[in-house]
Amino acid sequence: MSQLPQRAAVALLWVVLLTMPLWINAIGGYTELASRVVVMGLAAMALNFLLGYTGTLSFGHAAYFGLGAYGVGMTLKYLAPSTALGMLVGVAVGTLAAALIGALIVRRRGVYFAMVTIAFGQVFYFIAFRWNKVTGGDDGLTGWRRLPLDLGPLRLDIQASDAAFYYLALACFAVSVAAMALLLRSPFGRTLVAIRENERRARFLGIAVERHLWLSFVISCAFVSLAGTLYALLNNFTDPRALRWDMSGNFVIMTVLGGMRSFWGPLLGAAVFVVLQDYVSSHTENWMSVVGLIFVLVVLFFPRGLLGLLRRRSTT
Amino acid sequence: MLQLILFNVFNGLIVGAFYALMALGLSLILNLSGVINFAHGGFLALGAYLAYSLMPFVGFWGALLLAPLATAALGLVVERLLIRPLYGRDPLYSLLLTFGLAYILEDAARFIWGAQSLPYPIPSWLTRPLSTQFFFLTGYRLFMVVLVALAVGALFFILSRTRLGMRIRAGTLDLETVSALGVNVRVLRNLNFGLGIYLAGLAGVLAAGMLGLQPTIGTSLIMPSFVAIIVGGLGSLPGTLLGGLLIGVASGLTTVFFPSASEAVIFAMMGLVLLVRPRGLLGEEGRLQ
Repeated sequence: MSQLPQRAAVALLWVVLLTMPLWINAIGGYTELASRVVVMGLAAMALNFLLGYTGTLSFGHAAYFGLGAYGVGMTLKYLAPSTALGMLVGVAVGTLAAALIGALIVRRRGVYFAMVTIAFGQVFYFIAFRWNKVTGGDDGLTGWRRLPLDLGPLRLDIQASDAAFYYLALACFAVSVAAMALLLRSPFGRTLVAIRENERRARFLGIAVERHLWLSFVISCAFVSLAGTLYALLNNFTDPRALRWDMSGNFVIMTVLGGMRSFWGPLLGAAVFVVLQDYVSSHTENWMSVVGLIFVLVVLFFPRGLLGLLRRRSTT
Repeated sequence: MLQLILFNVFNGLIVGAFYALMALGLSLILNLSGVINFAHGGFLALGAYLAYSLMPFVGFWGALLLAPLATAALGLVVERLLIRPLYGRDPLYSLLLTFGLAYILEDAARFIWGAQSLPYPIPSWLTRPLSTQFFFLTGYRLFMVVLVALAVGALFFILSRTRLGMRIRAGTLDLETVSALGVNVRVLRNLNFGLGIYLAGLAGVLAAGMLGLQPTIGTSLIMPSFVAIIVGGLGSLPGTLLGGLLIGVASGLTTVFFPSASEAVIFAMMGLVLLVRPRGLLGEEGRLQ
């Protein structure tokens, strides 16, 4: 694919994202759905930072997503009435947990790595589930709301206006995506791809493979916890399901559905998945079967994802 | 206090036996085919529900015999149709597929048998406590332990003494050579998958008698099974057995002193093992990393 159409496509994507609250109601959606697409898109793109560019399969990203969610919720509920502080705490907690767990698991590879991340992902689920007094247990963390943001002279009333919250989420998304794109273009990012393509050769070249993988795991989890804080703020609520293994699976399927070898693919996958889930869960009680079927069909028929499919068409 | 500790240790052993039974099946499939079977819990639930539906026709013992076999038969079909095309591809794909399958199986159980929990009738002579002092030692619990021990014994017998078992073990070490020696690897993987699913079905029938039937019965057992494999050491079946029993007892003991941490403790054990002995208790260095 040449440069020009790709740039045009990315420009078009930003126009769509920037104007989404204006037209989403007209096509049968609602502003919260738009916010959910952006938030889940951020989570999937953050997962792809690890999965697509180092080839390391983490099936436990919901843990850091949920830690971000609980971080912001518990800060607003117990500590201080500040949305910005809550988001900082959420991201800090998620990143710290990722740094510790990452150090334990970074030497594992392939299926083993996937299994260890699944298992570690459940620790926080059980803590949130069992520690009733503080986390609200199975009922979730309630009794708090997102509060308006004070940005110096500017006041962004994300509490009253869903559209204002959408643009906050989009701003976070834009900053994160720009940061990830810059990182991937830097020597660090090229090194990650080198490790993905041939780990042994990278090691012989003197690259500290474990340190690179650990760092990319931590960066990926940091952005996922940012998405988690936004998710909790969006719902004014969080519960242990945000931390559970099925959420991790959703992130992976969004990434694969969109196309994990492309930078923007996961956003597309997230959009399709979120809209589909919203539609299906309001029409049938058996939405679990439908979601399960999506998993099976994607694996059997679209393993390269939607963008992978498009790309192959355009090159042949 | 002593009685309480004994009670929980015994309970932990039983729960650990379930973890081990489930984890052994997972391990078999993982070792030979490199597939993390996330749907294992779904198959467990299916075994339990099949036994429930078969029981009016064939009785308790018939259900115990037939339900795991029926589950295994379904496992053979699923392997043939869905999982076989994914061998040799990134393990991500088989993981995602079985993940979706887990959703479907759980939802199917809910759809067919209902979301509410159902009682699983067991013969009355098995429910009686064996001693008044150790009230928790009912016949059924003892029976479960014996049956799990028998199943594990039979599995290790198959693996060490029969032609199929030897081929499975050889395939775990070097599938290509086994194939070059004229063994049909496709059939081998298929049968191995069925064997693993049989263990899941059996665990399901036994668990139903103790916990009753719920659609989520399998999903609540699968995570500890992963932990059992990691603690015991990936690639080692005795390790998996040991891992399952260990985390069961540890979780039971924690229930005595700090009940709300009874789940977290097994993950703490896993963290500790990964820190001081990354290959797992009985795992071999350099395999499947």
